[in-house]
Amino acid sequence: MKRRDFLKGVTATGAVGVAGFPGIWIKRQGAWAANGEIPVGVLFSLTGAVAVVESTLHDACMMAIEEINDNGGIHGMRLKPHVEDPASDPATFADRARRLVIRDRCVSVFGSYTSASRQAVLPVVEGRNNLYWYPTLYEGRECSRNVMYGGAVPNQQQQEFVPWLAENFGGRFYLIGNNYVYPREENNVCKIILDRIGGEPVHEEYVPMGHSDFSSVINRIRREQPDVIFCTLVGDSDVAFQRQFHAAGFDPDQLPVASLTRSEVEVKAIGGEAAAGHFSSAPYFMGHQSGENERFVEAYLRKYGQDQVTHFVSEAAYFQVYQFKAALEKLDPADITPEAIRDASVGLSITAPQGEVLIDENLHTHLWPKVAQWQSNGQAEVVLQSEERMAPEPYWAYEGQSCTGEGLVRG
Amino acid sequence: MDVFFNQAFAGLSMASILLMVALGLAIIYGAMGVINLAHGEFVMLGAYSAWLLQSYLGLGILASLPLIFLMVGLIGLAVERGVVRWLYHRPLDTILATWGIGIVLQQLVRMGVGSDSRYVARPTILDGNVAIGGVVMSNYRIFLVFFSLSVLAATWYLLTRTEFGTKLRAVIQNKEISECYGIRTDRIYALAFAYGAGLAGIAGALVTPLVSVTPGMGTYLVVDAFLVVIVGGVGSLLGTAVASGLVGEATALFSFLMNDTLGRVAVLLAIIMLIRFKPQGLFPDKVRR
Repeated sequence: MKRRDFLKGVTATGAVGVAGFPGIWIKRQGAWAANGEIPVGVLFSLTGAVAVVESTLHDACMMAIEEINDNGGIHGMRLKPHVEDPASDPATFADRARRLVIRDRCVSVFGSYTSASRQAVLPVVEGRNNLYWYPTLYEGRECSRNVMYGGAVPNQQQQEFVPWLAENFGGRFYLIGNNYVYPREENNVCKIILDRIGGEPVHEEYVPMGHSDFSSVINRIRREQPDVIFCTLVGDSDVAFQRQFHAAGFDPDQLPVASLTRSEVEVKAIGGEAAAGHFSSAPYFMGHQSGENERFVEAYLRKYGQDQVTHFVSEAAYFQVYQFKAALEKLDPADITPEAIRDASVGLSITAPQGEVLIDENLHTHLWPKVAQWQSNGQAEVVLQSEERMAPEPYWAYEGQSCTGEGLVRG
Repeated sequence: MDVFFNQAFAGLSMASILLMVALGLAIIYGAMGVINLAHGEFVMLGAYSAWLLQSYLGLGILASLPLIFLMVGLIGLAVERGVVRWLYHRPLDTILATWGIGIVLQQLVRMGVGSDSRYVARPTILDGNVAIGGVVMSNYRIFLVFFSLSVLAATWYLLTRTEFGTKLRAVIQNKEISECYGIRTDRIYALAFAYGAGLAGIAGALVTPLVSVTPGMGTYLVVDAFLVVIVGGVGSLLGTAVASGLVGEATALFSFLMNDTLGRVAVLLAIIMLIRFKPQGLFPDKVRR
């Protein structure tokens, strides 16, 4: 090839490149919300191990998005959900979050059930300064400026629950959980509270994830004779434990299981009879009496089937979309950025099915803790309703550390 | 002392579940040399069949056991006829194939029935506990122990006292010569596979009152069953029985002395040691292949 032809070729290719793919030359500075659409990411596993619960969060989140769109959207713009299935795998979570934030330019992503998946997404949303709406109750000890925490942290679940249990049943607690960070942090908090009120953890033990034979544990419980089983088992382990505990013939009036993780989903699998009489602490139960909740439950059952249940995580997955909407309504459509949404949502108060919830400046949520007793029909009856809304303190158990509007403050 | 007996019973009850899961696995492995990684899914299908029969026909677990045996056995037969039989001369590939079948079965159940955990009621006649001194035993678990022993006895009878069993043992010893004597080996293989699958189905149905019924439930159960088969020695009924007793009791003992997490580690370590010194398992196969 002659030199002249070569140069011609290069120039021509370059010209075609510029003309054909202008996108690669121009930095995309367009508004986040354009063409009458607000892109949001929906990142809940529909397959894999955690799909059992996460698909219900997906359903609740999508229902809220549809409701908002049916009622005219936000500023006349529709929410456009970009749905990804991270398949219960934390690495896939990070990858799909990156896709949602970079390729689809979502102004916010709703997603995750497990702490592991949230922590996998964290570097992505922090690096891109995006916003991640996380609906699950979790162990606290985290203070990101890019995550909106919609679930309870340990102090919100336990501050009233543990003293109430000790008062009604006695202060000798048997702590059992699956072997990972959540049960350990919750049990730390529980032990601190027990220490203050003069109770005693008689035994603390952790079983592997998915563990399903509890005969040894039940024998140990028989030997220790505690007053309360403080249970942070999750999913299948919780179901197996409760069924075997019931079969072993314990009386819930004498020795109740007090769970932080058991919701309507688990009780459905345990069977109402085996779960009846035991307790859970959470900000929301399906049977909660409020106009907002009646509407939520009715719409959910109509949409997804009468045999479905709503629970304390799906409620948060639902109301977080409305928090997002309320924050956007405070903004000028041209100013919509993830950062502006975050700043607008601080101090925002909306009526959720559980009651009026408020977003703290540390981006966690002020919630209404409740203690409920399970009934044989699989529903929970609230026996203790917090007098006032409880503030979230994700570093409650760690003296000298607190999560504030400026992030984590030590000292 | 009560604690000791309580724990011994806990071990026995774990062993009974292990035995039922492992028996089917041992037969399939022993007869065909196929490592059936879909076995856990047969267990899961048994559990879902129990749920299906209970919620649509109102049958209790005990009443539906024969049906479940047939249903899961038929699925096993289909798997053998459809996939496994083409791979007998490529044993390594059967691992991959059966693993794939397992994933497909899991996902089919997840799409068809849904991924949330299902509820199967306990048989009410087996409610309650028997207490002897301080030793408390749940009736259902006592039943499981006896039932698994009778399944073992039935399997032993089938293998040693029936024509099918004689043929199966002949095929295990030497497939080509058996064929020369007019034994239809492919039919024997298919039936043995179906029988193993059926046993897995029964085991799955019987554990439903104790665990959570989900599409992934088989995976946990089958890992222990594999350990039992390896410890017991491939293809030995006696080995499988003794090994499930050992593994069950060892799990109970170690998890009592330490806790369930460390107990599990200790059991696995013990098995590694045993395999190091007795690579063929406790009751090695004396058959020349």
